[in-house]
Amino acid sequence: MNPKILIITGYGLNCEAESHHAWTLAGAAPELVHLNDLIERPARLHDYAGLMFIGGFSYGDHMGSGLAFGARVRHHMQADLARFIADGKLILGVCNGFQIMTKLGLLPGLDGDYFTQKVALMHNDCGAFQNFWVTLRFEEKSPCVFTRNLDLMPLPIRHGEGKVFTLDHALLERIEELGCVPCRYADPATGAATDKFPLNPNGSLNAIAGLCDPTGRVFGLMPHPEAYLFPENHPQWDLQKLRGTLPAQGAGLKLFQNAVAFLKAT
Amino acid sequence: MAYRIEIALKRGVHDGRGAGVAHRARNFFHLPVTGCATRDVFKVDVALAPKQLREVQQLFTDPVIARSALGRLAAPAFDWLVETGFKPGVTDNLGRTAQEVVTDAVGRPLTAQEGVYTGVQYLLKGALTREQAQRLGRDLLANELIQSIRVFSAEEWAAAPVDAEPPVIRDPAAVQVRAYDLGGSDADLMQISREGILSLSIEELHAIRDYFRRPAVLAARTQLGLPAQPTDVELECIAQTWSEHCKHKIFAANVHYVDDKGRAQTIDSLFKTFIRAATEKIRKDVDWLVSVFTDNAGIIRFSDRYNISFKCETHNSPSALDPYGGAITGIVGVNRDPMGTGMGCELVCNTWGYCFGSPFYAGDLPAGLMHPRRIRDGVHQGVIDGGNQSGIPWTRGFERFDERYLGKPLVYCGTIGKIPRALQGRPSERKEIFPGDAIVMCGGRIGKDGIHGATFSSEELRHESPAQAVQIGDPITQRKMYEFLMEARDLGLFRALTDNGAGGLSSSLGEMSSMSGGAEIDLALAPLKYEGLQPWEILLSEAQERMSLAVQPENVAALLALARRRDVEADVIGTFTDSGAFVVKFGDRCVGRLEMEFLHEGCPKMHIDARWQPPQVAAPAPLRAGPRDRALLGLLGALNVCSKEFKSRQYDGEVKGLSVVKPFVGVQSDMPSDATVMKVEYDSHAGIILAEGINPFFSDLDTYAMMASVIDEAVRRVISVGGKLGSIAGLDNFCWPDPVLSEKTPDGPYKMAQLVRANQALYDVCTAYLVPPISGKDSMKNDSVRGGRKISIPPTVLFSTIAKMDDVRKAVTMPFKQAGDPIYVIGLTADELGASEFHRWLAAEQGTPTSYGGTVPGLDLIHALATYRTLHSAIEAGLLHSSHTPTLGGLAVAFALAALGGDLGAEINLDAAPHLGTLRDDALLFAESNSRFVVTCAPEQAAALEEKFQGLPCARVGTVTAARTLTIRTAERQLVASDLDALRKAFKKTLNGI
Repeated sequence: MNPKILIITGYGLNCEAESHHAWTLAGAAPELVHLNDLIERPARLHDYAGLMFIGGFSYGDHMGSGLAFGARVRHHMQADLARFIADGKLILGVCNGFQIMTKLGLLPGLDGDYFTQKVALMHNDCGAFQNFWVTLRFEEKSPCVFTRNLDLMPLPIRHGEGKVFTLDHALLERIEELGCVPCRYADPATGAATDKFPLNPNGSLNAIAGLCDPTGRVFGLMPHPEAYLFPENHPQWDLQKLRGTLPAQGAGLKLFQNAVAFLKAT
Repeated sequence: MAYRIEIALKRGVHDGRGAGVAHRARNFFHLPVTGCATRDVFKVDVALAPKQLREVQQLFTDPVIARSALGRLAAPAFDWLVETGFKPGVTDNLGRTAQEVVTDAVGRPLTAQEGVYTGVQYLLKGALTREQAQRLGRDLLANELIQSIRVFSAEEWAAAPVDAEPPVIRDPAAVQVRAYDLGGSDADLMQISREGILSLSIEELHAIRDYFRRPAVLAARTQLGLPAQPTDVELECIAQTWSEHCKHKIFAANVHYVDDKGRAQTIDSLFKTFIRAATEKIRKDVDWLVSVFTDNAGIIRFSDRYNISFKCETHNSPSALDPYGGAITGIVGVNRDPMGTGMGCELVCNTWGYCFGSPFYAGDLPAGLMHPRRIRDGVHQGVIDGGNQSGIPWTRGFERFDERYLGKPLVYCGTIGKIPRALQGRPSERKEIFPGDAIVMCGGRIGKDGIHGATFSSEELRHESPAQAVQIGDPITQRKMYEFLMEARDLGLFRALTDNGAGGLSSSLGEMSSMSGGAEIDLALAPLKYEGLQPWEILLSEAQERMSLAVQPENVAALLALARRRDVEADVIGTFTDSGAFVVKFGDRCVGRLEMEFLHEGCPKMHIDARWQPPQVAAPAPLRAGPRDRALLGLLGALNVCSKEFKSRQYDGEVKGLSVVKPFVGVQSDMPSDATVMKVEYDSHAGIILAEGINPFFSDLDTYAMMASVIDEAVRRVISVGGKLGSIAGLDNFCWPDPVLSEKTPDGPYKMAQLVRANQALYDVCTAYLVPPISGKDSMKNDSVRGGRKISIPPTVLFSTIAKMDDVRKAVTMPFKQAGDPIYVIGLTADELGASEFHRWLAAEQGTPTSYGGTVPGLDLIHALATYRTLHSAIEAGLLHSSHTPTLGGLAVAFALAALGGDLGAEINLDAAPHLGTLRDDALLFAESNSRFVVTCAPEQAAALEEKFQGLPCARVGTVTAARTLTIRTAERQLVASDLDALRKAFKKTLNGI
């Protein structure tokens, strides 16, 4: 049976169509549910195997990206989210979804504390929203179930507040030790993590592009895997086609396929 | 009781906003600002228990990077403190979100009197005078039109009381409906028009006066208790409906046209004679026109399942007053056109394009005008925020620069939508309204936003009053409404919808009520942002994010319930009727009644003279023969040619994940594509191609050639990526200086003749290419008379194209792809350097910047048609590796951009390029002749390609090389030998970071 995925919509989130298509292509059964319908009966969350916080501009990013949406989710759904995680289910956040999860405290979710904000997603160092493609490097030692067996992947970024930041160095070290950094911005020539703009689009500490919790089942990232489902999404697909290197499907799909494989195995 | 909360970043956290202010103050204003710290200020005007107040403060403060205080935060040392906030009644999007956070915290809805208001504090360090600090406040930090600016020295700040006062005016004025006496002299009538900012002409005022004297009208009015003379509600409604903006009177006028040979011609409506006639003629040859010129956007068939709609608008005057607010309103406003087309389209992508004065302008600026850099920054940011926050990707964007846009910038915003061809078993383009259907207004509330906004002078706009508030779009409120409307559409909960844009309810309901034959509304039922609006203001308000619906009586309850669930305002404000009249009530009292036939057909036609006289424009002195490396680098770096990537990267182009040929292509993703291609559905390879043409410079020589060239450019860009003649539709957006003869416009007949000629070209070229115009817009008053100086824009037409592509995977892009590929030039180059980028560069070099005359490019339709058909078939056959159509800067710039795109060199011999007559090197290199392409193919495909183009002007001119150098030569001499890095640097540095 295809695992059911709940995708929350509304209030300025806007990646519902491509996210829905990504899960469908990966073999899941996604459903779009408006935040108000979910808040009305938060327990319906438990009908699903996975939850996705999608990208967009919830509440226009006013007051800091994800803050207002995160506050509403915490206010109405904290207990159900805690149970959902404890039940071994999956949560994915992309871009604004990652920002919401970080504001909620779901990430990095150390020591079982999923509802205290620990790290910030700040304005990009360059000072503006940016849309271009970056290369991600996935960390082998991370427990993240979404990023298993991946090494380098080109994906688009589209954000103004993506710089992972904290003043607490000890916290950052623990996050690294626990493998809660599954992906970083990398130099495609060397595969090494980088803090150089535009390879690293926002100046994120340790070139962090995404975070997971220590279980690896709760994961968020700034780049958009759901925007690379087709080979023709790649900015150089024309050249790849000529050289015979055009992949059969967009690389971003692999993260969704990993998630579905995990759910089908459990 | 209101509370003040100040929020700052923690020590050790970089304040990017403050650093940006200090950088701009130093570099653009040359003021000695050594540092700037910023804070957010919230004024929470909500009844809160102490515990709730602490919770609100906590919710507002990011615990990782921010700190906050109730009242004031201790301030670090500063020299000047500037605090900005919104004026009463101005849309405060941040405040609205803060309100929602507070609502959750207090666990109850806020009352109408409660609210949250926001501001920003700038703590400046540096040896500034008070006047300099005030100037920064006015020219960098805020716009006095919509924002308050307060400046304090450190001592003044310490002594000032803590300000928690919310910016609201609470003066519920008594409802007042005035009647106008139209019985006076013509001078009296014109005074009424002027004082009321009604813009009605004397002929129109006479028509109105005569209507109200009709006995039947008088009788009907008496019965409803209305005075014999028109009320303010009625006169304002007529003025709005008959405005140039809504009625397009110049395009509908009778024109008496005399050409340069003295031949006279009378034209009954330029629109009917040329634009609609072109579409009607083409309709016989294409089968995909679904709905044109009748709805908010034109509709064409895309596939068995979907139709596509496209609309492009301009928002020029509002953007001149408040660049950010005007532009964001422009983009979210045009989004509502497809959204209100047919039964409501889903939004697919946006386009934008701007014409500005140079951001480097250093000359005198007439008082009251903003510096073009500030206008440009604000306009970009407005459309960036509007598009990004709405989740709609951009696909096309351009900028043109000319000093004549100093007075008024042109801000084009377009939106493409899609809609299932059938909904509930009915054609989705069909709108019907029956008597008895409810009138529902949904989206945002009504304020005094934008009432007569664009016609106010800035002086009048500066009063401390909400009456003059400029509109500011709110993409999130609109997004909520949009999702609600799509849900309601799919449930079949309404029968028709339209957008409340210019003219507000008066225009949307005026339009809709003609479908049923009348309407009756009660303005007292319309939800207001604040009290104190008069009935006529409610009717005319241009408050954004609103749509009007016609709802079957049996669906009203379900529709309103869905709106509540989706947190969207929706209210029944009246009923459609078949009474033949638009009746306006306020509670029990009737405040207006206008007969539909008079409202829509009663406006007298204008009569305009047009006289064509070819202008005399001197040409620059020819340049001595020799190398042209410097000229090529100069053109690549010229404002109109150079890379616009820095700003463009701040627009989201990939949300929805359907983009195929992006706005930037090439191995470094930094060269502008000829056209963009995107998929429309996730499970199909069919897609759309989008492109445009615009060239205001050719207008200085001949608007016929301008229009022909602009359409050709928009079409050949589509062809270049793989599009096909017969599947391309067009949109025309005319922006003109006032072409009506008056004291202020003594050259009106010439400008009108320019308009006639542009329309003649539109008909000729569109019908030849089978490109039907499906929608369009005109903006006819683009003049500024501030500071005693009249600045008029050059006649400017944006022609946008949209085409269906059966398989997007066949698209071809402009960069050279591999070394060894032969390079071909297709199409004839002629001695056509008039108003070209090269002539303008040369004229400026020679110190006579307006002497850029010469022969303007012509258009050989027969050759062009054959070329486009052949190129399409070559792309279909998979013969091409790259295809690029030269535009500004001609072949030389085209070779350079294609080489840069592939990061590959090229060796070109221009003698081989097909050309007309004997040409100087500069014509071969830089002429902007139409209908040409630079293409490459694999060496083994060369013979097949040459065979396809047999009989057409097509010749191999060179080869792509691995060496990173572009060399262009003739048998006589080497013209260009430039290293790719130098070319790339020239192309990219001009507007990088600007």
